[in-house]
Amino acid sequence: MSTAADSSRVADAARKVVQEHDPTSVPTREFLAACFDAGLSWVHFPEGLGGLGVSRGLQSVADGILQDAGGPVPFALNPIGYGMAAPTLREHARTDELKREWLRPLATTENIWCQLFSEPGAGSDLAGLATSAVRDGDEWVVNGQKVWTSLAHRARWALLLARTDPDAPKHKGLTYFVVDMQGPGVETRPLRQMTGQAEFNEVYLNDARIPDAHRLGEVGDGWRVAMTTLMNERSSIGASGSRRGTGTIADAVALWASRPDLHTPVLEDRLTKLWLRAEAQRLTSERSRATATVGGPGPEGSVGKLVGAELNQQVYEFCMDLLGPEGILYDDYTMRDMERTDDWRGPLQQRFLRSRANTIEGGTSEVLRNILGERVLGLPGDLRADAGKPWKEIPRG
Amino acid sequence: MADQQETRPFVFSDEQRELRTAVRKFAADNADEQTVRRLMESDPGFDAKAWTRLGSELGVLGLSVPEEQGGVGGTLVDQAVAVEELGATLYPGPVFGTVALAIPALVAASDGPVRSELLGPLVEGTRTAAVAVADRAGAFDPAAVTVRAARAGDDWALSGTVERVVDAAAADDLLVAATGPDGVALFAVDATAGGVERTPLTTLDLTRRQATLRFTDAPARLLAGPDEAERVIGHALVVGSVLLAVEQVGASQHLLDLTVEYAKGRLQFGRPIGSFQAVKHRLADMLVDLEHARSAAYHAVWALGDGSDDPALAASIAQATCSEAFSRIAADTIQLHGGIGFTWEYQAQLYYKRAITDAALLGSAEQHRARIARLVLDTASGDGAPSIATG
Repeated sequence: MSTAADSSRVADAARKVVQEHDPTSVPTREFLAACFDAGLSWVHFPEGLGGLGVSRGLQSVADGILQDAGGPVPFALNPIGYGMAAPTLREHARTDELKREWLRPLATTENIWCQLFSEPGAGSDLAGLATSAVRDGDEWVVNGQKVWTSLAHRARWALLLARTDPDAPKHKGLTYFVVDMQGPGVETRPLRQMTGQAEFNEVYLNDARIPDAHRLGEVGDGWRVAMTTLMNERSSIGASGSRRGTGTIADAVALWASRPDLHTPVLEDRLTKLWLRAEAQRLTSERSRATATVGGPGPEGSVGKLVGAELNQQVYEFCMDLLGPEGILYDDYTMRDMERTDDWRGPLQQRFLRSRANTIEGGTSEVLRNILGERVLGLPGDLRADAGKPWKEIPRG
Repeated sequence: MADQQETRPFVFSDEQRELRTAVRKFAADNADEQTVRRLMESDPGFDAKAWTRLGSELGVLGLSVPEEQGGVGGTLVDQAVAVEELGATLYPGPVFGTVALAIPALVAASDGPVRSELLGPLVEGTRTAAVAVADRAGAFDPAAVTVRAARAGDDWALSGTVERVVDAAAADDLLVAATGPDGVALFAVDATAGGVERTPLTTLDLTRRQATLRFTDAPARLLAGPDEAERVIGHALVVGSVLLAVEQVGASQHLLDLTVEYAKGRLQFGRPIGSFQAVKHRLADMLVDLEHARSAAYHAVWALGDGSDDPALAASIAQATCSEAFSRIAADTIQLHGGIGFTWEYQAQLYYKRAITDAALLGSAEQHRARIARLVLDTASGDGAPSIATG
């Protein structure tokens, strides 16, 4: 089928959903269920699993119609669910029944998802992680500590990467699971960050049990499965926002416009440079959406993540420099849990502090530049001290 | 190619991909590095026969000329594809004067015998042109016109000097902005006519030559009168800015490919230098700059065709982004090649000089950013500004 025909098929389906389930009057979950049933949650997924089997570039056609009619941005309501869990489940869940069982409540946001990847001893070197999963009959017993887990306190399900073979080289001994966050042996504690708030959690796994049916992919194949998740994470972080002047840059431009008393030519050019970079990145996202193929997102999604993160920091640094002495006050360092994912969009100073994490979370800028260098440009890898060694012999600390 | 008007932004058609392949092959055959070097050190600085083949056989010099004006009726996207590929090899020929400026100016002018007479040979590549319009940051400023036009029977006589006109030394036709009794108009001057004095200049970039033009009662024919000259020249400058941006993208891509290959093959400390993160990360940044430049340039190309954006803003975004990207990528190409990158023998210097030249033509990145500030920041609203904590 031609792209034009697919495009009108997507548009027709979206218009029908909007017509039959007015997003401004029906509950969000009902609307999102209708989107899932119509194949508009991820248009490139198979029919019956929230998609229509068309090119992922056509997602923007569906989103445009649904959101213009007042529909929610589902990614904002269940970011890890939509951005990372869904593509991983679609590709690697063991049965179609499980896929459907997980994907539909994920799409409706009834079930929030989180990911249990990073550990205190495994950040950029994720494949070095130590949380163990030991087979016990048709179950797995999991022990370890995870960190930087957003939404763990609200999540029903988690994506877990655990070590099942400590004698194998680090990438070979990992297996990927889905964990019930409400099951026994899973304890979530808030992790306070430099803003004073607790947006993330630590998750302690003490003899948590997972049925083997909830394993994604083969035993020992967890790294390859995790790549599906991570590539989608970077792509989803990098590809959001499509109207000119929206996103973080809007904060700086609005602040600039509201404070003519603070204008100087030097600051003006600094802001224009930031606006230009934001616009060039927006156009790059548009271009990569327009030319996206049916296949999954490639490492070029790393461009968006890299630029977006550095731009966020530069935008808020600009705002702080514009304000000068007015900027060095704060609202409240009382620790509180974050209820919604966008709670951090508080006062400017909070956004400024929060942006320091942007170049660390979801792949540090250093790692992203390695990815661009090695996977996109094809440059040789760096020397690795741990290459080929059994995981248990690799120095850690 | 007329049905390509409706293509989706950023998506090239199969015909456009074939066009790219054809121009790339032509450039590889006719503008390899040795040829470029030979031509840049001889006169007139390009291979006139190859230029004619580019126009007559490949038909890529006036791709966006409408069919009723004798063109193939393609789009600016088609033209951009060709210019990008010519830019990748620093194709020595009057791309800037003829393809980027003169042909767009002629297309925008009202129909008439002068236009008809000039356009065909330029598109065919049998004649070349230069545009003698002093721009201010890529925009037309009537107050900056330094040539005066006086009536001479049915035609006109031009007097005055225009400095640093790209591709003018070898051009057959000169399009000249001059102030007449009724205001600024655009005239056509035969470059070999009496009263035209051309002083070739030694340029930083030997592959993109310039000359200063001195007119002394030079015979001229009216191309666009005061009622439309500003629109015609403005159109040419915007199209020229966008095609220049695309050329910068083509050259930048060549440099990134070149430098990546070098970093893979050059061994120091027993390993390819591209395996060192200091080198790898600089290459990653070059890639990001190139991707941004490509997106900004293509956006402008499509926006000028489908009216989806303010042409002046789109052109300034493209110019500000591409000038900076090409300059930085060219500088980093020298840096990452080390000593060899600084030599006369190695090609990096040719591209670096083109980058510096292109950045200065039709407005610098800084001038375009200043325009963007006027268009975007001055009209911005303070609504939705983040709250500021007050302690």
